[in-house]
Parts: sequence; C-alpha cells; structure tokens
Amino acid sequence: MKAAVIVFPGSNCDRDLAEAFRKSSGIEPAMVWHKDTRLPDGLDIIGVPGGFSFGDYLRCGAIAAQSPIAREVKAFAEKGGPVLGICNGFQVLCETGLLPGVLMRNASLKFACKPTGLRVETTESLFTSQYTAGDEITVPIAHHDGNYRAEVETLDRLEAEDRVAFRYTSNPNGSDRDIAGILSANRRVLGMMPHPERAFEPAHGGTDGQKLFASLLDALAPV
Amino acid sequence: MKARVHVMLKNGVLDPQGEAVRHALGTLGFDGVNGVRQGKVIELDLADGTTEAIVTEMCEKLLANTVIESYRVEML
Repeated sequence: MKAAVIVFPGSNCDRDLAEAFRKSSGIEPAMVWHKDTRLPDGLDIIGVPGGFSFGDYLRCGAIAAQSPIAREVKAFAEKGGPVLGICNGFQVLCETGLLPGVLMRNASLKFACKPTGLRVETTESLFTSQYTAGDEITVPIAHHDGNYRAEVETLDRLEAEDRVAFRYTSNPNGSDRDIAGILSANRRVLGMMPHPERAFEPAHGGTDGQKLFASLLDALAPV
Repeated sequence: MKARVHVMLKNGVLDPQGEAVRHALGTLGFDGVNGVRQGKVIELDLADGTTEAIVTEMCEKLLANTVIESYRVEML
C-alpha cells in the first residue's frame, strides 16, 4: 500500500500519520508538499493530516483547499482514489467540496483534547471493514473546530446512504447528530475529526485506531 | 478601487462566539443585548476595472463558505 501524506505549512500530524501508514504497510509513505503540482505515481491512498494549515486563517482548511496540491488530491479522489482526512484534513476535504458540510467552532468554544468514545456505524468501507458495526472504540480528539454542521437534507442523505462512519458516544463539540466521521458518496473518501493515528500502538495509550489502517491494508494491498 | 465584503453566518446557524460576546456584555452591565452575531469584513484593494461579478466569484470560491455563511459585496 503506497501512501502519500500531504504537508501544509502548519500541519502537525503529518509524521504521525506517515508512521501509521509505514508501520501498517511496511512501505515508506511519500511526503508531498502543498506547493507540489503532481502526486507521485502509483499511489494507493492519500492522507490529509491534522494540524493548523495556514494558521486556520479565513476558515479552517480554506486556504489549504486552494493550494496547488489540493487540486491534484481532488482529481485523484474524483477518479475513485481513496483519501483519508483527519482533523484539519477533514476540514480541508469539506472546503474542497469532496465531503459535504462544514466544521464550526466547538459549541463549548473550548479546545477539546482528550480520548473520546466513538461508535463504528458502518463496516461497508475500505476504512472500517475490520471493525464490527456497533463497536465502541476510544480515539483521541484534539480540535477547536470540530462541530460538524450540514443542512438537514444533507444529514438525512448521509444517514440514508449509510455514510456516517463514526459517531461520538458522548458529543464533545456540538456536532449535528453526534457525527465524528463521514464517507463520500463513492465511500472512498473518509473525513473524521478523531485521530486514529494517535491510537495506533500501545505507547499511545490505546490501539483502537489500528483496525482503520488494517482495513485499508486489507482493501488496498490484498495478500 | 476597493471593495468591501461582509461575511456573516446565515440566519439559523448557531453562533457560539457571538453568544459568548453577548454574555460578556451582560457581565459588563450592558443589559438588554438580546443577541450578538459576529462576522467578518474583508477589504480588497483591486485593479481598476474589476467588476462586482468577479468579487462575487471570489466570495463563492474562497471568501465565504456558503454552506453556513452569507456575504454582501460593497463596491467602493
């Protein structure tokens, strides 16, 4: 499984995500700078990492979504390429239009940084196939703007099409319908606020994020 | 030439920051503030001949997120 991790000025989870890709697949991920105009050949998946790209200026993810590499990521996704956006990466994917909705300031107005309970809502995706539907897992969150909002029709459609991947078991940020992660219409783009790459090995304090990477490996690099 | 773009959260979108400002005003003794909505003003210094239609396109593509925000363009 050949992965690329996009790096923006202000990304700060890029190396953690690369580490999770490297350790799960055994293949060195490509680190791709935002000014690059081309993606490496032969990619199986792109990771858009967490952080504070461009200092969250204007809106979280808005400037990153207009960077040269964002156009390539969008084209890759539109051809069916898998993309995983975590935290700021989720915000960037919403701003590019690859995922619907928007992530607003947490309802508490406080930065939320803690292990958080999630329920796996669907296993019908290349990101979640190794979980069992209804599994409750613990994955850290670390964000100020994770309050997922979308129009009622959009929320209804996400639910009707089984595109809510994860829900919070105890809503930490005010998100509509406790949504923590959603899939694109073709189910090959996942955006989520919690950080599975920070729950990957025992030293992290938990390994509940491992199965997400195992699912990807299973789908993208079948033995 | 210049343009000023006003970006506001749409009606019905909860504005927790505005709500915090309203609370703070109450703490300062300003009674009777029934609501606060916080937005952005963006001033653009533009080449002569830039049309309002182009500024509107800027709003649609970048300056506002039309899922939650409305905008108003003022050509100066």
